[in-house]
Amino acid sequence: MKKRSLSLSVLVLFVLIISCTKLLPPVPKNDEVLAGTIPGLSPQHEKEHLKGDEAFGRIFSKEDGLGPIFVQASCSNCHIENGKGHPSTELTRFANVNGTVIDYLLSKGGPQLQQHSISGYSAEVLPAEANVFSKRVAPAVMGLGYIAAADDQSILNNADPNDANGDGISGRVNYVNPTNFFTSLPIHIANNGQYIGRFGKKAEKVTIQDQVVFALKQDIGITSDFDMQDLYNIQFGNNTGDNVPDPEVSSGFVNNLVFYLRTLKAPPRRNTFDADVIAGENLFTQIGCASCHLPTFTTATSDIFALSNKVFHPYSDFLLHDMGPLLDDGYIEGTAAGFEWRTPPLWGIGLAKNSQGGKLFLLHDGRATSFEEAISFHGGEAASRRTAFGALSQPEKDQVIKFLGSL
Amino acid sequence: MNTFTLKYKLFTFFILLFFAVTTNAQKDSSFIKRISADTSKLKMNLDAVYNRPFLQMGKLPIALGGYMEINTNYSGTNGVADGFSFQFKRLTMFMASTITKKIKFLSELEFEDGTKEINIEFAAVDFEFHPLLNLRGGIVMNPIGAFNQNHDGPKWEFVERPLSATQLLPATWSNAGFGLHGKLYRSNWVFAYEAYLTNGFDETIISNTKGKTFLPATKQNRDRFEDNFSGEPMLTGKFACKRRRFGEIGFSYMGGVYNKYQMAGVIIDTKRKVNVFAIDINSTLPKLNTMLIGEFAWVMVDMPAAYIQNYGKQQHGGYLDIIQPILKRKIFGWEKASLNLAFRTEYVDWNVGSFDVTGDKIYEHVFGIVPGISFRPSAQTVLRFNYRYQWQRDLLGNPATRTAAIQFGISTYF
Ligand code: HEC
Repeated sequence: MKKRSLSLSVLVLFVLIISCTKLLPPVPKNDEVLAGTIPGLSPQHEKEHLKGDEAFGRIFSKEDGLGPIFVQASCSNCHIENGKGHPSTELTRFANVNGTVIDYLLSKGGPQLQQHSISGYSAEVLPAEANVFSKRVAPAVMGLGYIAAADDQSILNNADPNDANGDGISGRVNYVNPTNFFTSLPIHIANNGQYIGRFGKKAEKVTIQDQVVFALKQDIGITSDFDMQDLYNIQFGNNTGDNVPDPEVSSGFVNNLVFYLRTLKAPPRRNTFDADVIAGENLFTQIGCASCHLPTFTTATSDIFALSNKVFHPYSDFLLHDMGPLLDDGYIEGTAAGFEWRTPPLWGIGLAKNSQGGKLFLLHDGRATSFEEAISFHGGEAASRRTAFGALSQPEKDQVIKFLGSL
Repeated sequence: MNTFTLKYKLFTFFILLFFAVTTNAQKDSSFIKRISADTSKLKMNLDAVYNRPFLQMGKLPIALGGYMEINTNYSGTNGVADGFSFQFKRLTMFMASTITKKIKFLSELEFEDGTKEINIEFAAVDFEFHPLLNLRGGIVMNPIGAFNQNHDGPKWEFVERPLSATQLLPATWSNAGFGLHGKLYRSNWVFAYEAYLTNGFDETIISNTKGKTFLPATKQNRDRFEDNFSGEPMLTGKFACKRRRFGEIGFSYMGGVYNKYQMAGVIIDTKRKVNVFAIDINSTLPKLNTMLIGEFAWVMVDMPAAYIQNYGKQQHGGYLDIIQPILKRKIFGWEKASLNLAFRTEYVDWNVGSFDVTGDKIYEHVFGIVPGISFRPSAQTVLRFNYRYQWQRDLLGNPATRTAAIQFGISTYF
């Protein structure tokens, strides 16, 4: 009898353990998360992606070369959940502008402020000479692989620098000098040795790798095979504070990061069959938002099969636009003036709240806390579209907002 | 000798020693005495190190004891299962000896996750000058909160140690040092104090791969028993009182400088301190016999200027265990068996404060509940079945990641 009940309890326990799956928390809805890979990757690619995921989440400490001055200690500290960043991790670029002459104050620690430092070392402070400042919140990093796989021609197709078609929109490409580790691919079209930038708030980066190497150094203070020169507080003295041998990460580490970003899926959409969402998208096109926030692109042939000849929906033209005085911070970058910004992809913007702590921080510096507010800052080329939005009835405005929320 | 073979040899030595003692015991049962824990006097958390079952051989001045913990774990986060695993959590061995009547020695050696980690948890000698005045020196357990002192697996109804003990405070946390302790008995009351100066924390508490202020990070520092990182002793002090049939309450403090502020006699940085305060309670409700065990701790860390806010200046957290015995009788032939229901609620906030830029609250916290059932064939052995569910939110308070675990474990003194 005793033996029976003992065996019975053991049996019950095992049944409980076997039925465990039911007791684990459910998977969050696939269309609500910003992680995951593009469809069609091979298992080896998935494995590569996971390595990159780890690299993206790696938190650097002073022992592995962080800083000595930096903005944040990890990629994922700014791109939380791969989504849009928060003002607490914003970065500041600064310069001195005197008439038409801009001085990036390189001898004073410019062009970017590293407001944090490892312990026992002083962080940078803004030099007194700085008189223009550009604050920037981190963008989402989803779907970058598709953007990287589109060819230059598909971007050039929408450029209309002199507004030849008279629609009031005169987007232009930003031609930038390539980095010394850039290798041209068939998708690239050179122009006097310069290439079209498609990443960054001013379209100043040609490839994902350019951005990764730049951010490792300027944002985290990490040297790599591609850039061996560490970052110091010049105000304090060069070659101080960081005794970790350079490069602080290998080219493999950089490659893992690049692969991760190339293979992160595009942000998923929600409620695409909702009547208001559909009506909202029609209005979005009608009032001309889609002149810049272009819905559809197709990738060229890519070394990653899953990225080859794929249609994607970034809602951006990757061109620079004059956005008017409200968004002009006076900070010139390359050929981009202070009032010129690259159209940011709107995909994933409906999930921004899930990575920004339940609130919205939109536009380059996170100043707008709602979609309406973001639209209200549209000036310059976009002024007529802002007016058109303002002229919509309240239910129509709500439909546009609902559409943005579905992205 | 590399560290692996050293560990392996140590491990084998203790296993052999233990079997030598117990096999002797089988040959001659009068040779070996089982000294069960003394329950005549009011025992406090302070007494936990000596309040354990030991085996003593004949007239040998050494008593041996120990415990082990093993469990199964099936867990998953946000729908992604980590799979099923068996975990040999720890094997701990104690060796105690009474050198003369008023000089005692006890050491506790722990093998964690197989032989992955070997720690001397405690190795100290106690000189009793007066019940109110005992001198202790060696590797001592810093008496912050109660769990750190009273952490033996078989004493708990839960497979996992409380989050506040492993993710906020660094249980088990012991350091080389000296100090005093004593007790005062007054009818139904007993009052106790402890005060030690030991080596302290190092800078990894604010510079680590966790990306948050993390006191347990210092445990990775292998040099900490011979070298005090900051060069200043850390003070740990505790006052506790207990009333018969009512329970115990303790107030403790631990703090000191954690950074290297001078080198070769030259000041290289400002001194930065870490301060920890804790309250612990332990009580049994009359009639119902419900046990309440809990602890709450506050951590305050001086941060370097211009440090990222991911590393919190303030932290707090704690747990409350409610244990309800439902059967206490002979079960399956075990004379003093008991069956208990247990429920733990726990919370750790690694970063109490708000963002400088937006003024919004910083989250970075975890909240967990653990219902469970435990069966004790005897007071020294426990079989426990736990279900854990926890919600963890990131710095910004984005939707919580949810983790659940189903665990079955055994922990027993031997
Ligand atoms: C002239 C091109 C242009 C047009 C037309 C335009 N936008 Fe924009 N939009 C931009 C640029 C450039 C930005 C980024 C500005 C900045 O960051 O300061 C932007 C930003 C936004 C943002 C915030 C995105 C983010 O990631 O923070 C939203 C939302 C938005 N636009 C919606 C609209 C809507 C709705 C319309 C139509 C009423 C519209 N835009 C029309 C160029 C345009």
